[in-house]
Amino acid sequence: MVDFKYSVMIILISAIATFFTRAFPFLLFGRKEPSKTVLYVGKYLPSAVIAILVVYCLLGSGFAVNTVLPKLIAGVIVVVLHVWKRNNLLSIGLGTVIYMALVQLVFV
Amino acid sequence: MRKELKFAFVQTIPVMLGYIFMGMAFGLLFQNAGYNFIWSFFTAVLVYAGSGQFLLVDMLQKHTGAVAALVLMLSVQCRHIFYGLTFIEEFKKMGKAYPYMIHALTDETYSLLWGTKIPEDLDFKRTRLLISVLDHSYWIAGCTLGALLGSLITFDVTGVDYAMTALFIVIFTEQWLGNKNHTPALIGAAAGVLFIVLLGGDKFLLPALAVSVGGLLINQKRDERKEKAENG
Repeated sequence: MVDFKYSVMIILISAIATFFTRAFPFLLFGRKEPSKTVLYVGKYLPSAVIAILVVYCLLGSGFAVNTVLPKLIAGVIVVVLHVWKRNNLLSIGLGTVIYMALVQLVFV
Repeated sequence: MRKELKFAFVQTIPVMLGYIFMGMAFGLLFQNAGYNFIWSFFTAVLVYAGSGQFLLVDMLQKHTGAVAALVLMLSVQCRHIFYGLTFIEEFKKMGKAYPYMIHALTDETYSLLWGTKIPEDLDFKRTRLLISVLDHSYWIAGCTLGALLGSLITFDVTGVDYAMTALFIVIFTEQWLGNKNHTPALIGAAAGVLFIVLLGGDKFLLPALAVSVGGLLINQKRDERKEKAENG
């Protein structure tokens, strides 16, 4: 049986902890004019974060060839398609379909 | 409003694919742990975090204490403290939606808000809010549906979550083509690869982000010195 009070407490703690991590920079730097350094990091960090998220998506579930190779193949197709057509939905849609075919039919 | 909604919807389609199916996986797991769709719904509304919610199920099953739960959740969510830096000034302009924009700042919404060029004839603030609200509603729908009928899905959706990988790759490609300065992207990629090889996928995010911030700070000092040398 679900322990109602305990479960509500843990869910609320999770919600508050998560919100706190998201609000942290706003609490720290939001009141006054942020410094040049904070603005500089804020401006250029997203490029680094996106790169890190790409690395995470490609390598985050281990380095086995059967795991990584389909992700890399589909990833290269996404990049080539995107440089060529610059169409978000086409690159993402076709990349996803190719990946699904690879993991379901080829790298089983 | 309709134009903004249409634009925001098209931009968020990849996140919809990812969130609905990932949310369903969560809802199904939560259901199997004894929590029905009402629990899933409120968790998705209030917590709204992928890895955080999977950790939550694990903690509930192990009956983790309150303090330990707080510490565990903070450590999994720590990466978020870097995301807000980009939007400190911009979210202030959002008026009443300010706290909601912070609550809704997931990895994917962060990437979309930063990577999407909103056309000039659209209301900028409203479009941004709609992107955040749509992403959140896909997550809520996925989590709730997963608990309700997750076990009914019989066709093979293995790999559909690649939509979000592809979204990150597209945003990465866009910023690479749009910027002359590739240093921040290279710093992130190098730090990411280094730490994922050293520490593995579970533990690499925070050190990779911290080292990237360090790299950017060094880079800023270098830029400043260069500027000074050029001006004087």
